[in-house]
Amino acid sequence: MSASAVHSLWTTAADPISKIEAPKIEYGQLSPILIVLGAALVGILVEAFAPRRVRYHAQLLLSAVALCAAFAAIVALAADGYGTTKAHIAAMGALAVDGPALFLQGTILLAGLVALFTFAERRLDPDPHGHRTDSFVAQAAAVPGSDSEKAAVRAGFTTTEVFPLLLFAVAGMLVFPAANDLLTLFIALEVFSLPLYLMCALARRKRLLSQEAAVKYFLLGAFASAFTLFGIALLYGYAGSVSYATIARVVDGTVTTVNPALVDTMGNDALLLIGAAMIVMGLLFKVGAVPFHMWTPDVYQGAPTPLTGFMAAATKVAAFGALLRLLYVVLPGLRWDWRPVMWAVAIITMLGGAIVAITQTDVKRLLAYSSIAHAGFILAGVIATTPDGVSSVLFYLAAYSFVTIGAFAVVTLVRDAGGEATHLSKWAGLGRRSPLVAAVFAVFLLAFAGIPLTSGFAGKFAVFKAAAEGGAAPLVVVGVISSAIAAFFYIRVIVLMFFSEPRQDGPTVAVPSLLTSTAIGVGVAVTLVLGVAPQYFLNLANQAGIFVR
Amino acid sequence: MNPVNYLYLAALLFTIGATGVLIRRNAIVVFMCVELMLNACNLAFVTFSRMHGNLDGQIIAFFTMVVAAAEVVVGLAIIVSLFRSRHSASVDDASLMKL
Repeated sequence: MSASAVHSLWTTAADPISKIEAPKIEYGQLSPILIVLGAALVGILVEAFAPRRVRYHAQLLLSAVALCAAFAAIVALAADGYGTTKAHIAAMGALAVDGPALFLQGTILLAGLVALFTFAERRLDPDPHGHRTDSFVAQAAAVPGSDSEKAAVRAGFTTTEVFPLLLFAVAGMLVFPAANDLLTLFIALEVFSLPLYLMCALARRKRLLSQEAAVKYFLLGAFASAFTLFGIALLYGYAGSVSYATIARVVDGTVTTVNPALVDTMGNDALLLIGAAMIVMGLLFKVGAVPFHMWTPDVYQGAPTPLTGFMAAATKVAAFGALLRLLYVVLPGLRWDWRPVMWAVAIITMLGGAIVAITQTDVKRLLAYSSIAHAGFILAGVIATTPDGVSSVLFYLAAYSFVTIGAFAVVTLVRDAGGEATHLSKWAGLGRRSPLVAAVFAVFLLAFAGIPLTSGFAGKFAVFKAAAEGGAAPLVVVGVISSAIAAFFYIRVIVLMFFSEPRQDGPTVAVPSLLTSTAIGVGVAVTLVLGVAPQYFLNLANQAGIFVR
Repeated sequence: MNPVNYLYLAALLFTIGATGVLIRRNAIVVFMCVELMLNACNLAFVTFSRMHGNLDGQIIAFFTMVVAAAEVVVGLAIIVSLFRSRHSASVDDASLMKL
């Protein structure tokens, strides 16, 4: 008797399960994300199995190769026409492969690569035991000031886990602006947020500040993502689906198949309005727009400075990408409701960021408030609701992210006995002591201020022009006024650096290795190129400005 | 029973959680309140799933549980390290940074 015949003595075959169709995944088009995620997983294996002395070089090489390969994949996809004619929705409706997604993913990858160089810098902090140490803690589990911490420092440990964590964060950020359903949006949000929370707590110097920043960021971030999730639940309840296209059809009232349950919930505008508001709130939190900006200065100040640069640049790019897609693809039918709200948010963000920045005395907090003001400028472009608005936001994000990483990289160079000397009074006379570093920082500050011939001017001009043409002229007036306020404190720092006497106990300027030099050099180069000859990149952003739905 | 009542319950739980986050001072309790908010979301998802007769909401509830578990891992690691260096998990004591 055969085995199956024996088996059939005491079992009866159930009806065959109706065929489950295997999902169709376009691996080629998702390759940028898959490469980065795969490298992050390999990075964890390196942590587990490679001996300590080879980890740093292995991780650095692995991360750099992965980010370069992913960027090459993006370029190949864009050259293949996926940004324009072949734009479509991949992975069973989960991810969009279109112009804005590819443009923002490319920006995030390049920003991640430049940030990786600042992460890997090991020459700034002279170690009394002769080891080469980076900006990250020797052993995160050791209590600050304890014997175990001293032992870890003496042994020359470094936290090379930051490299896979960086890759995980980058992977989440790649998915975030491309997410084409609300579930993917939420998962991507968490995938890039959790590594950032962890890395916040890993500063080598001033560890109490760093841990405090991590707790604040984590609790507020989890609070905000709970709001996002409840908003997603309400929108799901409203439309009966989490897919962007379906929700957009239900919002427009052009839905084709209507069942009784949908008729019931479709009529309930409270679900739609509250749900959309809660999701947008979560995204505005990540962007750092007033009134959801409270975490920004504390977290930017406490986090390790290379991470601050990465967060300030890449998180903003990813979150604005997701915000644009949500507002332009899912909620265009609701724009008469969200535009006034976003007007108000943009105005208080621009003015609030610029005005509070004047009172700051710490250079990292100053840059944090400046990043809040910049979020307001970008929001002005989001409100335009025109194709020009999209492309100007894309351009602004690309220009802004390199300036930011460069500026924070310069902050890592100015040091005293306690680590980085971030108090502004210590920067007095830096231009006399170290003209090159001060001049580079001045270039970045001028770009933040939007002075012509820097990328900041080209970006601001594009955003304000789009906003004015989109019927938001008063917003442009507010934007110009707050730019003027912001220019005041940028110029004040420049004056402080060049026209005041250096202090006796002033900081020293560390000589960086090739890594940080590259990061700063790229920042300056992008700032000047985008400022002097922005046309090519504006055209690129223009071509990439159409969402697929 | 009318499924809408479960939505009211979900909204109530969410509000209790949000209020807890705002008024409690212990980081662990604040974090538990966030978890309560996530579970309120789960209840809303499952209820809407039942109302619409599709399974999306139930699937999302599973994803939310996984995310909540991952958040616990990261969150407790951060809160415990803060507690070990300060011997306090109060969010008011953690105020080295001021405006």
